[in-house]
Amino acid sequence: MTADNSVIRVVVVGNGMVGHHFVENLINSGQPAHITVLSGEPRLAYDRVHLSSWFTGSRAEDLALTDEATYQQWGINYVLNAKVEGIDRTQKLVTTQQQSYHYDVLVLATGSYPFVPPIPGSDQPHCLVYRTIEDLQAIEESAAQSKVGVVVGGGLLGLEAANALKQAGLKTHVVEFAAQLMAVQLDEGAGTLLREKIEALGVTVHTQKATQVIEQGQECRYRMVFADGSFLETDMILFSAGIRPSDHLGREAGLGIGERGGIVINNKCQTDDPAIYAIGECALWENRIYGLVAPGYTMARAAVASIAGEELDFAGADMSTKLKLMGVEVGSIGDAHARTPGAQCYTYHNQPQGVYKKLIVDANHSKVLGAVLVGDTSDYDTLLQYCLNDMALPQTPETLILPASGEKPALGADALPATATICSCHNVAKSDIVEAIDGGCASLGEIKACTKASSGCGGCTALLKNVVDSEFEKRGVAVSKVLCEHFNHTRQELFHLVKIEKIRSFDALIERHGSGMGCDICKPAVGSILASVWNDYVLNPSNVPLQDTNDTYLGNMQKDGTYSIVPRIPGGEITPAGLIVIGEVAQKYNLYTKITGGQRIDLFGARVEQLPDIWQTLVSAGFETGHAYAKALRTVKSCVGSTWCRYGVQDSVGQAIALEHRYKGLRAPHKIKFAVSGCTRECAEAQSKDIGIIATENGWNLYVCGNGGMKPRHGDLFATDLSTPTLVQYIDRILMFYVKTADRLQRTSVWMDNLEGGLAYLQSVVIDDVLGINSELEAQMQQVIDAYQCEWKTTLASPEAKKRFRQFVNSKQEDTNIQFVDERGQIRPATELEKTPEHARIPVELV
Amino acid sequence: MQAKAQQLPIWYDICDEQDLISNSGVCALLGQQQVAIFTLDWQGHRQLYALSNYDPVGKANVIYRGIMGSVNGQPVVASPLYKEHYCLASGQCLENDALSLPTFEVELKAGKVRIAL
Ligand code: SRM
Ligand SMILES: Cc1cc2nc3c(=O)[nH]c(=O)nc-3n(C[C@H](O)[C@H](O)[C@H](O)COP(=O)(O)OP(=O)(O)OC[C@H]3O[C@@H](n4cnc5c(N)ncnc54)[C@H](O)[C@@H]3O)c2cc1C
Ligand code: SF4
Ligand code: FES
Repeated sequence: MTADNSVIRVVVVGNGMVGHHFVENLINSGQPAHITVLSGEPRLAYDRVHLSSWFTGSRAEDLALTDEATYQQWGINYVLNAKVEGIDRTQKLVTTQQQSYHYDVLVLATGSYPFVPPIPGSDQPHCLVYRTIEDLQAIEESAAQSKVGVVVGGGLLGLEAANALKQAGLKTHVVEFAAQLMAVQLDEGAGTLLREKIEALGVTVHTQKATQVIEQGQECRYRMVFADGSFLETDMILFSAGIRPSDHLGREAGLGIGERGGIVINNKCQTDDPAIYAIGECALWENRIYGLVAPGYTMARAAVASIAGEELDFAGADMSTKLKLMGVEVGSIGDAHARTPGAQCYTYHNQPQGVYKKLIVDANHSKVLGAVLVGDTSDYDTLLQYCLNDMALPQTPETLILPASGEKPALGADALPATATICSCHNVAKSDIVEAIDGGCASLGEIKACTKASSGCGGCTALLKNVVDSEFEKRGVAVSKVLCEHFNHTRQELFHLVKIEKIRSFDALIERHGSGMGCDICKPAVGSILASVWNDYVLNPSNVPLQDTNDTYLGNMQKDGTYSIVPRIPGGEITPAGLIVIGEVAQKYNLYTKITGGQRIDLFGARVEQLPDIWQTLVSAGFETGHAYAKALRTVKSCVGSTWCRYGVQDSVGQAIALEHRYKGLRAPHKIKFAVSGCTRECAEAQSKDIGIIATENGWNLYVCGNGGMKPRHGDLFATDLSTPTLVQYIDRILMFYVKTADRLQRTSVWMDNLEGGLAYLQSVVIDDVLGINSELEAQMQQVIDAYQCEWKTTLASPEAKKRFRQFVNSKQEDTNIQFVDERGQIRPATELEKTPEHARIPVELV
Repeated sequence: MQAKAQQLPIWYDICDEQDLISNSGVCALLGQQQVAIFTLDWQGHRQLYALSNYDPVGKANVIYRGIMGSVNGQPVVASPLYKEHYCLASGQCLENDALSLPTFEVELKAGKVRIAL
């Protein structure tokens, strides 16, 4: 090949995963070069890591990492089936059977080959290996003529091969020389558990077995005879007893070779001959061969950098692995065998659930050295980040592997240093992701495309998403927060617009700031904003179509289409007369009654047309709506407090009632719950509420943003020993600030977790008025309080509004599909099977 | 059945136009059939839709109490129970191809709402 003098001739021997990565990076580097690729295989590079997917249906084209058209477009001179036979270093020539090629720079990316132990009989037809697509085709063919299969080697690859044989329907055995499976990555305890799990899946494991000879079998094709005299019969044998570097080209050319093989390289991936590089599994760096793809990719990048005259050293690589073998999760990190002097271990072994976890820390318990996980690798990402970034351990390191005790310190993406590697396949650090976002990437997809993160083994997907989400969050990126297809605004922006432009209807808002007809997402959200800002009667005709059915009918819809009725019982205090009224109403309308978790009484099973009558009775007796249906203040729970309790230090009931009356009717992004306890014993569970108040000798301690529910959160102590007026003032400000700034359906707990600056910031806004908005927040709260009305009372006073509470516009009949049966002396909805057939719904047919 | 197939649809008077609720639903009973009637008022036009009131997912007669809206410009109603969206014109469920609500012809005539069966 001729070339003009300024352009270097690069010849790459081997087009495996690493060789291809080198080519791709060299092209992308812009370095002018004539590239020749000599591939020993009949095809260009493919994904060896996911080779096993062949057995679940992947074909060569699914596994391909590139195609010939791409190589042509890149201007690469590639030759398939071109096995290089020798290197002439003085003339700078490599030779295949057909031809010689000149190089200025030679890159050896010849990978490795499966090691087949020199056992007599191991060269028979159904004795195979597992490395290339051709190997897979041979395995498939052999399996089709076999009933029993043996994998020799119980390492990572061996177990993957065993899985493949099992999937092919063979009775499968694994024969391992060592005493346990995956001896490189796992300790004994983990190895034992893994064995149990794999045997439970029907694969028989034989450890400490050295095969001596493979002879003809009696039941099966072959018989493997072991050193201890025992034997095993099988129709086919798959060797997976380790790999050996393909280093013979280097060896013959006189390059430095390691004692146990491998072409010696320096930090730039150069061999003894500066014109020759070696990368991937054929290369030996500081006496190590890396049998994983990620380190090979790093070497490829280092070699490209060196050729382009840039500084980028290969500095070793992490060999941690996480994988799923036959559905069994296995993870191994760092010094899994605790070989570091002084290393100490924490072990958690849950036999019934088949989970084993070991954490290895240094002598001072200050950092993670390694870890082993079997049966549950959910802690893998966190432990790996601790290990790779030398992050300081928590006081009690064992919490990192113990089952969630509530104490497990969550490793937020925020806690990771900028240098933390997120994707090791493509060497993407957290800082690269940050850069990509700053450079304009606006979605996870774009970031993946631009950094290639997560496009290798896929092991980093969850972590990448975490980091990306947290970075977007930090920038206040609104992409994901836009309400819906009808509004290109966040809830916070709409709130602002409604207020500033004094908008009082959905139609006006969508006309000015949105498009289309709205939907079940934006309508209730805007309905809630209008209510928060103006506190107009939620059932003003223009507001009706905005509400969820619960708000429209002022009750919670139950599974059968009936509604529940929850009168307000402030602070949980109720008179006997009140109890009697509720009892009478329930009896009269045959409603199911239950004490709720919110210290009040819920009446279930009211038909829509019954609601006005039922509420008429309740309202006449002095009850108000409890807003159980609304994103609004729900309950203020209380304990009995100093009035009766021998420990109480303040009147918690009185305080709870006062607060409930003050904030009832306040509509918010989500529901709001309070509780007031009379002393630190905390019988009202105030620390699990959005607003929690605990009495002290000197006043009230205020807790904020607690939550029960799906993801419990303890409230944060906001201020201590407050007088009642200050307490109320702070609550006014906190709640209005929440109403103004939270996302749709965001509880205070989530709002706080996402509030930049967190508790300290909220304190500075509310206590120190750093934003100068406190008088506005208070005025707004006062306006809402002044505009309070019992929605049921107002509804009952309007014949027009009452008219809507009917099942049918044209008939007084009942919905016959609503049926009840008796249970424990009360009603409950009938199941579909229990419903009387003649009343069950009948399809279109007119009488 | 055959005789019926040859008949022209029969129109039934349901209620007065004033009984409708703008951008929301009401329900009519015709024999055993519950029909949800939705009134879409948008950009000065009024369009009525009629669909079966039975929610096949929640298995309750509640469709008329759903929120109306649009998905990609197509008018829909969201079931109040589990929030599936149904196209008001065709009855097709947007989340599940296999589900659709029967639809009915509906019209306004001389201040009366009428449905054909
Ligand atoms: C009736 C009641 C259960 C009971 O029999 O005790 C109840 C019933 C419902 N709860 Fe609750 N919750 C009830 C107390 C609670 C409590 C306990 C408490 O308030 O002390 C909690 C945990 C505390 C908390 O909220 O932090 C609670 C956490 C939830 C959640 C989860 C909220 C969260 O932030 O994770 C939901 C779902 C939601 O709101 O999105 C929910 C939603 C519901 C809904 C509205 C579900 C639904 O859409 O049908 C239920 C219908 C109520 C109805 O038909 O009247 N309910 N719910 C309780 C009514 C209290 C009241 O008097 O108003
Ligand atoms: C089944 C299986 C599962 C694996 N799973 C994982 C995993 O989960 N994670 C992971 O990180 N790694 C895994 N690996 C290892 C990973 O595939 C290798 O680390 C990676 O393929 C090494 O790339 P390489 O380019 O160095 O070598 P190879 O991909 O082996 O490529 C070397 C190429 O050079 C060619 N070649 C050799 N000699 C010559 C010559 N003289 N002339 C021309 N061409 C030549 C070979 O034919 C071959 O095509 C797995 C491997 C296998 C087999
Ligand atoms: S919290 Fe205190 S005052 Fe309230 S009931 Fe418990 S012990 Fe008594
Ligand atoms: S770590 Fe393998 S794809 Fe990211």
